Amino acid sequence: MSSIAIDARDVTKVYRKFAHRKQFATIKSALLSGSLVRDLRPEETFAALKGISFQVPAGCTYGIIGRNGSGKSTMLKCVAGISRPTTGSVTVTGRVSALIELGAGFHPEISGRENVFINGIMLGLTRKEIARRFDEIVEFAELEDFIDAPVKTYSSGMYMRLGFAVAIHVNPDVLLIDEVLAVGDEGFTHKCLDKFGEFRRRGKTVLLVTHSLALVERFCDEALWIDGGLAGAHGDPRRVVGAYITDVEKREERALAAADATAQEHAASEPVDQPAISDPVAAAGAPDDGFKASEGRWGSRDVEITGVSLIGEDGQPGHVFHSGEVVTIELSVTAKHPVTDFAFGIGLFSADGICCYGTNTDIADLKSVELTGRGTARFVIESLDLVEGTYKLDAAVHKRDGFAYDYHRQLYTFRVKSRTKDVGIYRPRHRWEFSPSVRLSPRGL
Amino acid sequence: MIQNLRNLLKYRGLIQSLVVRDLKARYRGSVLGFFWSFVNPLLLLLIYTFVFTVVLPGMHPKELEPYALFMFCGILPWTWFSSSLLEASGVLISGGNLIKKVLFPAEVLPIVTVLANMVHFFLGLPILLGFLIYFRHPLNITDLAWFPVVVFTQLLLTVGLALIVSALTVHFRDLKDLLANLMTLWFFATPIIYPMQLAARTGEGLSKRVLDLNPFTHLAISYQEILFYDGPFGHWRWLLALLVASAALFLAGYALFDRLRDSFAEGV
Repeated sequence: MSSIAIDARDVTKVYRKFAHRKQFATIKSALLSGSLVRDLRPEETFAALKGISFQVPAGCTYGIIGRNGSGKSTMLKCVAGISRPTTGSVTVTGRVSALIELGAGFHPEISGRENVFINGIMLGLTRKEIARRFDEIVEFAELEDFIDAPVKTYSSGMYMRLGFAVAIHVNPDVLLIDEVLAVGDEGFTHKCLDKFGEFRRRGKTVLLVTHSLALVERFCDEALWIDGGLAGAHGDPRRVVGAYITDVEKREERALAAADATAQEHAASEPVDQPAISDPVAAAGAPDDGFKASEGRWGSRDVEITGVSLIGEDGQPGHVFHSGEVVTIELSVTAKHPVTDFAFGIGLFSADGICCYGTNTDIADLKSVELTGRGTARFVIESLDLVEGTYKLDAAVHKRDGFAYDYHRQLYTFRVKSRTKDVGIYRPRHRWEFSPSVRLSPRGL
Repeated sequence: MIQNLRNLLKYRGLIQSLVVRDLKARYRGSVLGFFWSFVNPLLLLLIYTFVFTVVLPGMHPKELEPYALFMFCGILPWTWFSSSLLEASGVLISGGNLIKKVLFPAEVLPIVTVLANMVHFFLGLPILLGFLIYFRHPLNITDLAWFPVVVFTQLLLTVGLALIVSALTVHFRDLKDLLANLMTLWFFATPIIYPMQLAARTGEGLSKRVLDLNPFTHLAISYQEILFYDGPFGHWRWLLALLVASAALFLAGYALFDRLRDSFAEGV
């Protein structure tokens, strides 16, 4: 077990950008501008991998995670030998099979049977080896009835299943998988995972590139996180996945903050909404008209909302919270002149525009007395009992009859994170109880 | 490069299956199916016979009868040559999926193209031989012994050029359109629809010296001498010289292909 199956040393892959010229160079243009030679040399380059090193011991299942465009697939292609690193080296010991695109070599006009043979030969099997495994491949792909039909008549699921079946039966020493375990229906996915487990048991080396963190935590012995072409954390999968999730949350936080800023800027630059002034009833109707999911801001601005922030348990304003956390929504307001008829309102919406909760101080039987100058109102949610997802927030100051001073419609976005993958919108605080004859035990990862 | 060339031998199973696949896929769905490989050259021969006996009688030297058969001796190998190059120009781009997603020896693709077209050439030969016998053209056995040499020379030349064309087209897509016209020009610059003697004797048209520079001239003449003309095969010196040159071209083409190999995964 001490031998190294995959040894990547300081792998750098530089791609040429096509920015400085048209999509495809033409000989004519190259000759005319005299840039024939120059165009063949990369001018603007993009480093997809910047010196990544890792070793995968033989028999180890190794996961690579990272955001889109971080270089995972490039790394896999370098290991597979499809592209060569610009500098550095990758050494792989044993027969390699790469599941990068399933059925990549299928010819649509000829039958599944012939495609199995040709695809198998492409993947490095001999005709005899394929003949021996043929029945097994067809059975695995569940295509017994269609194997002699041309591949062009296959559904995409059948196509993928056949591609997967061939690739997995190549029986490699090192299997490279790029996000292809999610083919077919639930049953087929289970079969793939079983096959995958069998590989592990037989001491084969697996390199897995995936976005499925659960898969990494469940199957991998080690993991590597690639970010922007650089190696991040590596080692114990749970630790690596944890580091990755933390980073993703940070990024989401920044992205949401930026998106909110744009939305608010956009709303602020719009003229104060005319209907709100000319027809207070229409404006008053706005929050109640079936909760249209459109962003915007309107109102007379006699009282202005100058800031809305969501504050998490850490006391810091943020955009990403965990389900069950204490979250405070803070409205900062400025009144141009003292007002006596006012109410603060809050509305929570799911991403698809369903109102999860809405209330205001008037509904809560709080009678307005006076509001002068600057002030803040805090809406403290003692437990954010929402399931994972993106939510939008309404914040408003209006008269008790609904006339809007300043109405911010869905200008604020926040995400709720959760370790449990329950569904719906609302997560009631709950626990399960069972009679002694019903026995369940917590599932370990 | 030597290592890669040696690998090429390992891929012969793959090449073989791909050629078979190509041939099978080509006629899949048509009524006549594989039969088209015979019918196509037959129809072509009939069209040329029609043109040179009905439409344009007397446009050719009288000693070359039947003229359509004479032309057919050159057109059949030319079709192999030009279809191979034209198909090779697009083969890496259309096979991009293989090059980008599977560890796949890219040189297999142009080679398969050339070989698949060679099979079509072979399938056309019985038609040609049938007509030669029908018109009682005596076939000389010693001449026929040269036939495999001619075919092998053409194979080397075509594969060499196909490797170059396919590799360059990845970077210069214009080559594909350029090539289509170039092949038409090349066709007329080769003594296929006119006999070489015409240039040599009358001095009209392209001079003999220009024609001699065209490698396909010697292939066409070899085919004509072996299959059409009576008398011993006298063009063998040129043929052997071309064989050596074609071998060199093949190596050069392979070297170029090998050099550009790494850029394919990004370029296609």
